[in-house]
Amino acid sequence: MASVKTGATPLLRRLSSFFYRHPRVKLSLLLAPGLALLLGVYGGSLGALLLQSLYRLEEFTGLVVREPGFQSIGQLGERANLDIIVRTTVMAAAVTVGCAAIAFPLAYYMAKLASPRMRSLLYVLVLMPLWSSYLVRVISWKLILAKDGIFTWFVDRLGLGGALDFVLGAPVIGGPSISQSLFGMWIVFVYTWLPFMILPLEASLERVPDSLTEASEDLGGRPRATFRRVILPLALPGLIAGSIFTFSLTLGDFIIPTIIGNSTFFIGPVVLLQQGTAGNLPLAAAFSLVPIVIMTTYLLLAKRAGAFEAL
Amino acid sequence: MARRRLGLKISAGAVILFLYFPLAIIFLYAFTTQSSAFTFPPPGLTTRWIGVAAGNPQIWAALRLSLTVASVTTAIALVLGSLLAAAVYRTKFFGREAISFLVILPIALPGIVTGIALRSSIALLDVPFSMWTIVLGHATFTVVIVYNNVLARFRRLQGSLIEASMDLGASGWQTFRHILLPSLSTALLAGGLLAFALSFDEIIVTTFTAGQQETLPIWIFSSLFRPRARPVTNVVALAVVAVTALPILFAARLTRESGAPIAAGAPRGR
Repeated sequence: MASVKTGATPLLRRLSSFFYRHPRVKLSLLLAPGLALLLGVYGGSLGALLLQSLYRLEEFTGLVVREPGFQSIGQLGERANLDIIVRTTVMAAAVTVGCAAIAFPLAYYMAKLASPRMRSLLYVLVLMPLWSSYLVRVISWKLILAKDGIFTWFVDRLGLGGALDFVLGAPVIGGPSISQSLFGMWIVFVYTWLPFMILPLEASLERVPDSLTEASEDLGGRPRATFRRVILPLALPGLIAGSIFTFSLTLGDFIIPTIIGNSTFFIGPVVLLQQGTAGNLPLAAAFSLVPIVIMTTYLLLAKRAGAFEAL
Repeated sequence: MARRRLGLKISAGAVILFLYFPLAIIFLYAFTTQSSAFTFPPPGLTTRWIGVAAGNPQIWAALRLSLTVASVTTAIALVLGSLLAAAVYRTKFFGREAISFLVILPIALPGIVTGIALRSSIALLDVPFSMWTIVLGHATFTVVIVYNNVLARFRRLQGSLIEASMDLGASGWQTFRHILLPSLSTALLAGGLLAFALSFDEIIVTTFTAGQQETLPIWIFSSLFRPRARPVTNVVALAVVAVTALPILFAARLTRESGAPIAAGAPRGR
């Protein structure tokens, strides 16, 4: 290693020996800026969110009354709002199931069959959409599912027009076209959060010992039995970790329900609408407490099921 | 067994295709001749939308704002993230565990919660919307990326190197400048690149902290509701893909060579 020059200015040298003698001062200086942002700005904002949810909108004047109370939070219990909460939660659950089903083959292939080179290539390929181009990936579905778009073209070529009409004709999930149906919204959600399920699932499958699956096969377990009774239980921590992402992301998204789907409401768009055009920031704040409560419960349940210890 | 292997291989390939197919579609429809519909196959191809996009001052303004926000955010995340990592590494203090929790909170909670929380305090304190309100929002969830990358590097860094430097009479500053900084450089670069990409691409939190300002993702989103010249949106979308994908590829390379997992700071995404 090249010799280190001792040409530091006296001030710098004095400063560094001061910090060396006073580790507490050094520590506080290291922590201060980060804590100012995370505790001050972010923590403070979470406090402000809680406070806002206790305010209420005066209906006649359209002004926010800054007196603490539970009126806005109480509004969540109204029929229409409760429907929104239930609908969003069911969608999040359905998306989680869809993601798990599609993620599994790729995760399994990466963990067990791919060569190391192939695995790292696939890893980057899955990682790219996880980190970037979220909005772009969502809006492309508007093109794919558009009227006379590529989706319909494929469905027609495959002769599945009847099946599509059947889905669209179904109550609740159907609609006038695929991009205006809850089924379409489900597809886009599953697509968008897929990488968040693949990676934790892959990590947990990697830890399933080959000897166990082999033992199961040697003992006469059919592939289905091996999958259900050996692989799936051992991959459960990864599935739960992935589901935390897919669930939480679906609960809090407003881009996808705004672009795809009919005009039925989900939590995300309602929060956006209430804080914006409706000018009812307290109700928007109250609504956003719902994902927090659901996710906290979910995390506690997952913890109780031992999902974190196995991770 | 061999058949099952082949079946898995094919379905794995299908999932990868599924992940990337929509990006190919955006590419295709950036060149369609139709201005307000997306029939398949496109009736014809043209490059005129690139010119239309380039001639739109709103797009340039949005691009400028997005680049500024992403650069300032990255700078803040680099400084705050590595300071926090340095504090947590090697020093034991009361509340150290709480710091890891605090750092991860902005990406663990749904983006809309972060957004509406910041919006609430903006409303309570009557802060005017500006580039800085956007930057503050982005900084909260990008600090964790630099923090995780740098902390992972710190943990693999041999303490003896620092001790040797001190023993040889180097001051704290010299040790920092000649030992610590070079060893951290790729972790800082990777963290910075990821933070930049994440900030450039962000829309959920930004929607709540931007007021009337338009970043590039917000421009794209609002352009979806304008009926005309739709392919221009796709041209801009491709530009966003390029600006965010390249830093991430580069960061993935950097972290793979150094062994630290890039997913160390896996974002909630949004």
